[in-house]
Amino acid sequence: MLNQPQHDLGVTPGIPDSRRVDLLVVAQMIDYGARVLDVGCGDGELLRLLSETRRVDGRGIELSREGVNQSVAKGLAVIQGDADTDLADYPDDAFDFVVLSQTLQATRRPRQVLEHMLRIGRHAVVSFPNFGHWRIRLQLMFGGHMPRTENLAYSWYDTPNIHFCTIKDFRHLCGEVGAKMEKAVALNAWGKPLRLNAPWWFWNLFGEQAVFLLSRKR
Amino acid sequence: MVEAQLSNARDTPAREADAPRESLLARFGSDRPLKLDAGVELSPFQIAYKTYGTLNADKSNAVMVCHALTGDQHVASIHPVTGKPGWWETMVGPGRPIDTDRYFIICPNVVGACMGSSGPASTNPRSGKPWGLDFPVITIRDMVRAQAMLLDELSIESLFAVAGGSMGGMQVLQWAASYPQRVFAALPIACATRHSAQNIAFHEVGRQAVMADPEWRHGRYLLEGTDPRRGLAVARMGAHITYLSDAALHRKFGRRLQDRSNPTFSFDADFEVESYLRHQGSSFVERFDANSYLYLTRAMDYFDLAADYGGVLANAFKDAQTRFCVVSFTSDWLFPTSDSRAIVHALNAGGARVSFAEITTDKGHDAFLLDEPELFAIMRGFLDSAAKARGLAAKG
Repeated sequence: MLNQPQHDLGVTPGIPDSRRVDLLVVAQMIDYGARVLDVGCGDGELLRLLSETRRVDGRGIELSREGVNQSVAKGLAVIQGDADTDLADYPDDAFDFVVLSQTLQATRRPRQVLEHMLRIGRHAVVSFPNFGHWRIRLQLMFGGHMPRTENLAYSWYDTPNIHFCTIKDFRHLCGEVGAKMEKAVALNAWGKPLRLNAPWWFWNLFGEQAVFLLSRKR
Repeated sequence: MVEAQLSNARDTPAREADAPRESLLARFGSDRPLKLDAGVELSPFQIAYKTYGTLNADKSNAVMVCHALTGDQHVASIHPVTGKPGWWETMVGPGRPIDTDRYFIICPNVVGACMGSSGPASTNPRSGKPWGLDFPVITIRDMVRAQAMLLDELSIESLFAVAGGSMGGMQVLQWAASYPQRVFAALPIACATRHSAQNIAFHEVGRQAVMADPEWRHGRYLLEGTDPRRGLAVARMGAHITYLSDAALHRKFGRRLQDRSNPTFSFDADFEVESYLRHQGSSFVERFDANSYLYLTRAMDYFDLAADYGGVLANAFKDAQTRFCVVSFTSDWLFPTSDSRAIVHALNAGGARVSFAEITTDKGHDAFLLDEPELFAIMRGFLDSAAKARGLAAKG
């Protein structure tokens, strides 16, 4: 069974920005002063948060040129690169934590990416939108169209998100690649963590996002 | 000791190669030779350099700017020969990314060049005549070794940053590899850890153009009173094309005709682009020495950092504590992004702290010298954060 995650996130209750909460949940899983690689770091928001609040030695990879340039201009150690191809160049155990925040669903080969993360880092932290959320299920079931939500606002034909999964799917993948689940948090639509003792099916139905802390099985 | 002086015309006519105007000079006597990769020693020798800004009390704010193939020490002030602004005034100056109000900037002329540091146009102290081709072949590592000696002369233990583009970027990489403890932050821009076959090929064409000029006289033109300006101009014209891009040339010139409405059916410079290149060539020869062009292009050709470290580039940066900011440009086909990526991979493999950005522009290799706001933002952000880590006070 999973360790009980601590919920001392310092999140103001009722804070509307659920993405921000996702970052805070990720940050909460990172040790102080750790060496961190953020894969798909966007404009560097998480790296900045981590270096400010956790004093980490942070690095980032980002695909979009604008994201990279914004990050570098903020003084962050971010390089332009592709999670699908460039993780292979990193040596084993180069980092304490490798973070994949809201990026898994946009990778071409999620399984390989996850395997590389577990090779490069002692821990992997993965956050992703849960495609098993009830609202998404409803849209497909009764709307009969590909789901679109506030967080996932793309149409099917122009979305960068090519590999959606549910919490259940992701747990299955963790088993496949031999990852040990150390912590997991599911956030509801308002960015609040779901009850810890809730069964997985409940998380899979009511969690809009999930954050997993993984390590290699010995 | 440094003979820091505003040099004046010692001999008439004062030749820039021996007595550079508007420059400081560091002279290294026979007790301190420059050991060259070619296996010989250069001694005595001198380095011409410029400084901007003020060195702080604990000497922690020194930034070395390394110039490119045809650059020189006049990075941020009027050039004494051409009367034009410094070659990187957009980057170096008060309030600029490399801020002269905050940092102490040192820009040396490389060894082998012709603006006051020892090179083939300098007077050989043994013979009293210009070195010409008797000057030993120089490498990028030799240039950096000389710069490190200059730093010793200035009693500066370590540099806050080393920055440069193209051949300047090669020196930056060499600095980080040769003297990792002396470089806190490194900014190699639009460069590579080795010259590609294509780049060597272009350089060879340039050198052949120089050597094909009958006035070159096997490099003895200074002695014989001739001037291989046509050969050097052609070399510059060819090279200049490689610094631009197809798109930039098209944008600037297209197929427009020069001061005429119809082709002349001759070999005049009918097209604007021809006229532009001819101007580039003829203005270049006014300020550059043909033999220096041979030596410096050779130095770039010989540059292969990995080869010095058993063929493994990552070993060049092993356990590097230096922070790196690598920048490339989308339309640079002389030092394409893949070259910068190779640097980044090697740095990552060594666990170095590296930022890497590719900037979208159609201006080609020369983009690093031009008005590229994104480049300025990146350099400024990187340097600010590095200054914070170095404990340099924010600008008052």
